[in-house]
Amino acid sequence: MEAIVTIENLRKYFDIKKSIFSKPRKVKAINDISLNIPRGSIFSVVGESGSGKSTLGRLILKLIEPTSGKICFEGEDITDLGSKDLIKYRREMQIVQQDPYNSLHPRKLIKDIVGEGLKIHYKLPSDEIYVRIKGILERVGLREEHMFRYPHEFSGGQRQRIAMARALVLRPKFLVLDEPTSALDVSVQARTLALLKELKESLELTYLFITHNLAVVDYIATHVTVMYLGKIMELGSKDEIFSNPKHPYTMSLLEAIPSVGRGKRIRKIPRGEIPSPLDPPKGCLFHTRCLQAMDICSKEEPDEIEISKGHLCRCHLYS
Amino acid sequence: MSRLLDVENLRVIFHTYRGTIKALNGIRLWLNEEERLGIVGETGCGKSVSALSVMRLIEAPGEIIDGQILFEGNDILKLSEEDMDRHIRGKRMSMIFQEPISALNPVFKVGFQIAETIAHCNDISIGDAYKLVPESLEMVGLDWKRSIDLYPHELSGGMAQRVMIAMALAIKPKLLIADEPTSALDVTIQAQILQLLDELVKIGKNAVILITHDLGVASEFCDRITVMYAGNVIEISNSEEIFDEPLHPYTKGLISSIPIIGASRELTGIPGSVPDLVSPPSGCRFHPRCDFCFDRCRTEPPTLSEISPGHFVACHLYSDGVKEG
Ligand SMILES: Nc1ncnc2c1ncn2[C@@H]1O[C@H](COP(=O)(O)OP(=O)(O)O)[C@@H](O)[C@H]1O
Ligand SMILES: Nc1ncnc2c1ncn2[C@@H]1O[C@H](COP(=O)(O)OP(=O)(O)O)[C@@H](O)[C@H]1O
Ligand code: SF4
Ligand code: SF4
Ligand SMILES: [Mg+2]
Ligand SMILES: [Mg+2]
Repeated sequence: MEAIVTIENLRKYFDIKKSIFSKPRKVKAINDISLNIPRGSIFSVVGESGSGKSTLGRLILKLIEPTSGKICFEGEDITDLGSKDLIKYRREMQIVQQDPYNSLHPRKLIKDIVGEGLKIHYKLPSDEIYVRIKGILERVGLREEHMFRYPHEFSGGQRQRIAMARALVLRPKFLVLDEPTSALDVSVQARTLALLKELKESLELTYLFITHNLAVVDYIATHVTVMYLGKIMELGSKDEIFSNPKHPYTMSLLEAIPSVGRGKRIRKIPRGEIPSPLDPPKGCLFHTRCLQAMDICSKEEPDEIEISKGHLCRCHLYS
Repeated sequence: MSRLLDVENLRVIFHTYRGTIKALNGIRLWLNEEERLGIVGETGCGKSVSALSVMRLIEAPGEIIDGQILFEGNDILKLSEEDMDRHIRGKRMSMIFQEPISALNPVFKVGFQIAETIAHCNDISIGDAYKLVPESLEMVGLDWKRSIDLYPHELSGGMAQRVMIAMALAIKPKLLIADEPTSALDVTIQAQILQLLDELVKIGKNAVILITHDLGVASEFCDRITVMYAGNVIEISNSEEIFDEPLHPYTKGLISSIPIIGASRELTGIPGSVPDLVSPPSGCRFHPRCDFCFDRCRTEPPTLSEISPGHFVACHLYSDGVKEG
């Protein structure tokens, strides 16, 4: 499959200062990541909080600048493009964020929120803008009359639909969805996921789908990347990762999920908590919590190994 | 096993500028000693208000306007605030919350806060109580030397919840109420905390009310599940049966909304959204969203009735005592 987005050896380091006098320390939020996002895929990124998922999404959209590495969109290197040259890409790559309460301007009408991008990117007559806004709102399950209301008049699920409409009205090809349903109740999540799936097909989109919920990944994704402390632990097609998970971290994420209606279960839960990104473990990043850690794991960092075609895993168990 | 808690016809309202929120509409709950009850339902259905009512922590603009809450046989709604504090709250029952870091006092070290709790419930000096703190911290899986002198903001979410659990269980409560204790945590930490809680309440023989929006969490941890919708209890059943044989259309919708690994099914969800409790729908509060709604549903509120042993539902489809639909 042809890649719509390609990233090579991408890094993003943040400088963190504990106080104004202390010397800045580096957080390696994204630490040498390479991957291809196939056109038409729902490429999911999973991992616990702080693993670098949102940073990855923001880097690809060029909302923040990488420390090093390369980002290509449809074969073109966009890493060093300035804001002027990026305008064309801004239209084609959009984002929907987690929080449906803070991501919409509280004092703007829905038609202005959704139409803002149209005014920036296209010189369209106002009746054409109106028709497009109305059309996209209907597409996400809202109605024409909603154009003249304010965000606070909508439920969380409806606000996520407004955020989706705002992104889709520009007719993008690629959408970053950063925990789009994490703040929603499960019955609303279900309908939102079904809508996202349907829109992806009918509008021929590609998604980078960020989530911490593996059950959601199983439902919606075609590909999975498991991240931990800024690095890829495991990557592959969804079917392969769920039927043949290899990395101990992936397995512990799967293990930790509550089993719905299946009664109590003894589970192998990783010990401890995710270490501070300011002071990541030597060797394998996961060794402090891994139930299968060996001597070598605290000394040498494992390489990415190809388990089978397209299935990558970073773990000494397989080297 | 004897009855620990019996809540009957509990009504709670909140006075707001928009009008009166009918938050709890005459709910019924019960719990035996050492039993674990899960309360599930979506945001705003009244889970936390139920818990706070049992702790008698409802404050203005909220008001308990009707009902009784029998705890160990006494109606705690009739107790004075002083008796509640001296004998019940923090003595016979305790509570943990979703945001443990904000539930702790930010200016005191963890060790001191635990000591204070132990001192209060055992009527001993802080000095004596402090000697028991290391044991308390180790019990919840924390290295006491490393954690006793930390301030709340220095704790991770998982550590803070462990501290809350240490405090809540230090008093050896008959009843522990846990309101979304793991909802803010990563899944591996959630699994750790639930496992810890499971072990400790088994040893301590505490009854537990676990409030969660996650049916999976509730079904694994609890013996029985109470499903709430818009201020009503709409179904009660043991944890397996609620999945295998849900009765209420809302419960069915909820279950068909949950993504389950390997299930490869479409998620249907539930149409519409939860009603505004200032002016809730007439009759059955679920009727505007219900596929099975018929005339009677629009006018007459259904009451909870027992359809099979231990399985209760509030829905007119079952009003003649038969299972169908
Ligand atoms: N603007 C920023 N400044 C400093 N550190 C940041 C910034 N954004 C993210 N980080 C750090 O980078 C790491 C990855 O964060 P993030 O990408 O938000 O993770 P995730 O989305 O997986 O929870 C975290 O340690 C976070 O604290
Ligand atoms: N302090 C308050 N003031 C006004 N309304 C409240 C207050 N606390 C709760 N409510 C209302 O009571 C209802 C039930 O809330 P709650 O029990 O917190 O729901 P949940 O099931 O999410 O825990 C909601 O409609 C909520 O808006
Ligand atoms: S490299 Fe070692 S510590 Fe890391 S995941 Fe594999 S077995 Fe565990
Ligand atoms: S009482 Fe009527 S409206 Fe309510 S859940 Fe039952 S069938 Fe549906
Ligand atoms: Mg994030
Ligand atoms: Mg609540």
